[in-house]
Amino acid sequence: MNLLIIAHLTFREAARRRILLAALLLGLVFLTVYGLGFHFIMRDIEASIGSTNLITLNEIRNFLLMAGMYVVNFLTAMMTVLTSVDTLSGEIASGTIQTVVAKPIRRWEVLAGKWLGFGIMITLYLLLMGGGVMGLVFLRSGYVAPHPWRALELLWLNALILLSVSLLGGTRLSTLANGVLVFGLFGIAFIGGWIEQIGSFMNNTAASQTALNIGVITSLMLPSEALWKRAAHELQSPLVAALGFSPFASSIYPSLMMILYALLYLGAALLFAIHLFNRRDL
Amino acid sequence: MPPPPAIETLHLRKTFGDKTAVNDLTLAVEPGEVFGFLGPNGAGKTTSVKMLLGLIAPSGGEGFLFGAPLGDPDVRSRVGFLPEHFRFHDWLRADEFLALHADLYHMSRQHARQRSAELLDLVGLTPHARKKLREYSKGMLQRIGLAQALLNQPDLVILDEPTSGLDPVGRRLVRDIIRELRQSGTTVFLNSHLLSEVEITCDRVAFIKHGEVIRVSPLHTLVEGELTVEIRARGLTPEIIQGLARWGQNVRADDEHLSLTLASEADLPAINRYLVEQGAKVYALRPQHVSLEDLFIQIVGTDGGL
Repeated sequence: MNLLIIAHLTFREAARRRILLAALLLGLVFLTVYGLGFHFIMRDIEASIGSTNLITLNEIRNFLLMAGMYVVNFLTAMMTVLTSVDTLSGEIASGTIQTVVAKPIRRWEVLAGKWLGFGIMITLYLLLMGGGVMGLVFLRSGYVAPHPWRALELLWLNALILLSVSLLGGTRLSTLANGVLVFGLFGIAFIGGWIEQIGSFMNNTAASQTALNIGVITSLMLPSEALWKRAAHELQSPLVAALGFSPFASSIYPSLMMILYALLYLGAALLFAIHLFNRRDL
Repeated sequence: MPPPPAIETLHLRKTFGDKTAVNDLTLAVEPGEVFGFLGPNGAGKTTSVKMLLGLIAPSGGEGFLFGAPLGDPDVRSRVGFLPEHFRFHDWLRADEFLALHADLYHMSRQHARQRSAELLDLVGLTPHARKKLREYSKGMLQRIGLAQALLNQPDLVILDEPTSGLDPVGRRLVRDIIRELRQSGTTVFLNSHLLSEVEITCDRVAFIKHGEVIRVSPLHTLVEGELTVEIRARGLTPEIIQGLARWGQNVRADDEHLSLTLASEADLPAINRYLVEQGAKVYALRPQHVSLEDLFIQIVGTDGGL
């Protein structure tokens, strides 16, 4: 009950502060630009290679879809962190939280309520953006990527992990320090993922092994890039998967163990955030 | 079996690193009391209040609200709280803000609406009920904060500096509300710098300094125990003035003005009779109780506890 009150409050705050409106409008602009771009690119390509060369056309459609989903993943991550980074630290610093926590409510309900409120918001955003990109590609060309729902689930897990880490930092850090922490981790995971990908293109040398290890270590620190790579693997066409070369995915992709690790990471981050918030003087 | 105290603390202690904010807080506030919690800045008053509400975990000692240990969320359904720094979700309208807090008290929608309307009226904000809190002045925010503290018709109201942002009209309103709470049997724990208000409203007061309770006493025994009488009279001779020493101390004379400290108000008629019999012409005889402010300085000291 209390959890739902806080979730509703969080969601309502986002709506009242026009965060939802801004996200919706900019999302629609993004989808419009993407849809137009996709349409005109495909029109030119179809004109040059003909509309019957389905294998090539599908590879191009898949490439453009992956490009769109890459941006969706990035925007969802930004949206998650930017909206949630201040929610605990800001209310603690201002004292707003005092009258709430002084009510017959448990602290875990406050934190879990905020998590749920932001979680619903991010889910809707991801469905709008990811579903929009896939929907536009389908409407224009009838193309459906191999495993769209699996990919969306992985991007969703990624966003929820970032949300949990953001709330975890907010229990102890100022808003600014928390932002630096979460974006810092995101950046480390991002660059680690690229180093891993470059390593996978090299022959099996000591240097490539080191690059792969860096990727694994940074994925353990924050599995966001690993989840994207797995999502990209789920989306990529069988041909690209067989060739093992794409700017968005590599031949080496995170295993199911990494997804399991990401789920555990999510649970641990949330539980640790609750633990720290319970012990925090307000 | 008597009901447990509304508030009971036993050697409650809070440290922040090397700094001790509350050293040894031991006190009991009985149900229905209006209890003043006095002390200079930095004495540990707000930290104590936060420990009572479970906002801060004590470093030592223990405390209870209505017999339940501090931090028990269920007992907070019987408590209302107005924080010192009243910062609320300022994107909400006043009526939405009260509805939110009514939800947190698990009040029914109908009861919440009725109670919110009553309280908005009580604190004079009915015409501003649909304004967002960010449009409110400091005084209006304090009023709406007071309304949320009373939403659940609490058995205990903890008010941390409830009049700091209010004008004289608002202060009178708070005093009236505290009187009504007392009449309804509600316990009020009042943390205030404004001693004149404490003097008017409280049954008992505790003085705190360096995080320790240094005196707890019924207010009437503190301020009614001693009084100063100001006398305006002509024909006061040194002998007459010397003769007044039998009733009081600190006799001070300045032309036709004279003051002395008495142990009891009952001595006033005898002093008046003495002065007249000795040939002095008495124009005024004004008894004045020692103010709480004077007592505060006597008890806490002029260093302000720093």
